[in-house]
Amino acid sequence: MEQLTTIGLNHYLTISAFLLGFGLFAVVTRKNAIVILMGVELILNAANINFLAFSKYNGGMQGAMFSLFIIVIAAAEAAIALAIVINIFKIFKSVDVSSIDSLKE
Amino acid sequence: MFELPTGAEIQSIIASLEVSVGCFIPEIYLSLLFMLLIVVDLVAKGRKNSLLAISTLVGLAGSFFFIYQQQCLPGGEFFFGMYVLDEFALFFKYFFVLSGIFAVILTMADEQFEAEVKSMGEYYALIVSMVIGMVMMASSADLIMIFLSMELVSFSAYILTGYFKRNPRSSEAALKYLVYGAVSSGLMVYGFSLIYGLTGETNLIKIGAVLAAQGNEHSLVLMLSSLLIIAGFGYKIGAVPFHFWSPDVYEGAPTPVTAYLSVASKAAGVALLMRFFSIAIPHAPSAQTGIDWVMILLALSVGSMIYGNVVALWQKNVKRMLAYSSIAHAGYLLLGIIVMGKFGTQATLFYLLSYFLMNFGAFYVVILIANKTGSEHLDDYRGLGKKMPLAAAALTVFLVSLVGLPPTLGFIGKLMIFSALLDKGSLYLWLALIGIMTSVISLYYYMLIPLNMYLRESSQSDGKEMNPGIFAQVLMAVLMFLTLYFGLFFTPLSDISKYGSAMFGITLH
Repeated sequence: MEQLTTIGLNHYLTISAFLLGFGLFAVVTRKNAIVILMGVELILNAANINFLAFSKYNGGMQGAMFSLFIIVIAAAEAAIALAIVINIFKIFKSVDVSSIDSLKE
Repeated sequence: MFELPTGAEIQSIIASLEVSVGCFIPEIYLSLLFMLLIVVDLVAKGRKNSLLAISTLVGLAGSFFFIYQQQCLPGGEFFFGMYVLDEFALFFKYFFVLSGIFAVILTMADEQFEAEVKSMGEYYALIVSMVIGMVMMASSADLIMIFLSMELVSFSAYILTGYFKRNPRSSEAALKYLVYGAVSSGLMVYGFSLIYGLTGETNLIKIGAVLAAQGNEHSLVLMLSSLLIIAGFGYKIGAVPFHFWSPDVYEGAPTPVTAYLSVASKAAGVALLMRFFSIAIPHAPSAQTGIDWVMILLALSVGSMIYGNVVALWQKNVKRMLAYSSIAHAGYLLLGIIVMGKFGTQATLFYLLSYFLMNFGAFYVVILIANKTGSEHLDDYRGLGKKMPLAAAALTVFLVSLVGLPPTLGFIGKLMIFSALLDKGSLYLWLALIGIMTSVISLYYYMLIPLNMYLRESSQSDGKEMNPGIFAQVLMAVLMFLTLYFGLFFTPLSDISKYGSAMFGITLH
């Protein structure tokens, strides 16, 4: 019981594993490009939680640094991704990835 | 928890940063070039875009001077273990700058750009930023640095892929590249976080030491994180099952970008795979599952060789066919990584050099032909043997080299990989056999192109010759000559790749 009530490393790792699962689920099942990108953000944040939790319980600074870099990279990625998605919407009038398939044989 | 450093410590940190900057000059130079190109684009707006292309060429060529200067530096890690300088990194610095130069040359030759976009804008600056990212990928020795440099390469590549923004195929390719790239880099970072949790370190050399000391304690977690990290690296090199983006992206992207991605971005992934797995993760089968990362790479390699070569048989678009062939070549490159050690690394580097020549050559000819015929479809290659004799001959040589038949460079590349495999004893004999069998399969689809060019008449047979211009003729002839020359006298290239196979901090052989 005490294991469950005092917050420890395992709680953080469980949450991050769930976030990774939800993110992957969104990426695999959703057809909307924006929702897929939201799934990617969940995956990145799962890694973030992992890094911060390990950094707290291992006692090193690198994990916290790494999560800062992940936040910055995620922002840059969102900027580029949205630019590409807007361009796609201008051309195809849709952001549904299953309907954008002019390159199939 | 974290104490402030004392004055003496700050002094020593500053001193070590000063030393580190001295080993970082080529990257600083390339970053300045990147910014300069953006300024040149702003100043020279509206004028002919050859000014930008030529300043990129000159700028990239200038970086050879700084890389050459680094050859006499002692090497080792700097920036507190973030970055290393060794022969391996130097080899890839030359490789990536040279491939950036080729990408610019191919772009100058491609007439599709004039039809699709008004000005070249940031195109050349992005090519340079991709060079910076790839150079850093080959030299980084820390998980943070690996992640940052990989994302720098990926972001530049997404924009370059979608550079024809009015063109639906180019935009679609960019979207697909982006979605697959974002997911696989996310998985890779999750794998990094597990490794960090196991060891409490982000430096590759320290991770290797900690993991070796731990033995088989956490092998299941290690296995899982290796799998996630291979998802990220495997996406960069385009190996099965992380290949889904590559046929669509290669077909939709501007052809110079396709050539650039297929050679340089793949080489960067290979460099990272070699450095990461030879230094960080010990090579020992796990106690619970009995497998390790070598087994994962084995599966990837066999899958890529078979899938790439078999699916290419049905392709009618030459760019798409070359995309599947590049998946197959990722499989051959993985064979060299599996062998590891001095000989395996040398063979992989040699194979990359040969792949560089023949793939850039093949895409160059494809661009020249598309300039004249406006198509990359196989049926439009009919009768080109008479209309463009030199281009057809050059393309045939490059394709023979891609198959791996003597007397071309591709043959020596495959020979090195397979002999490195057999050097390990009969353990990998079956793997070499699969490699040879799939090469035989690839003969069919590569030879469809010369068949169409020489033996089939074109439907509209006006029979007049098409001249791609004197510069293009000379460059094609030089590339063709080099492919044949190095196929016979390969010692210089093999010496270069032997030089490049020395890696700092390597712990296993």
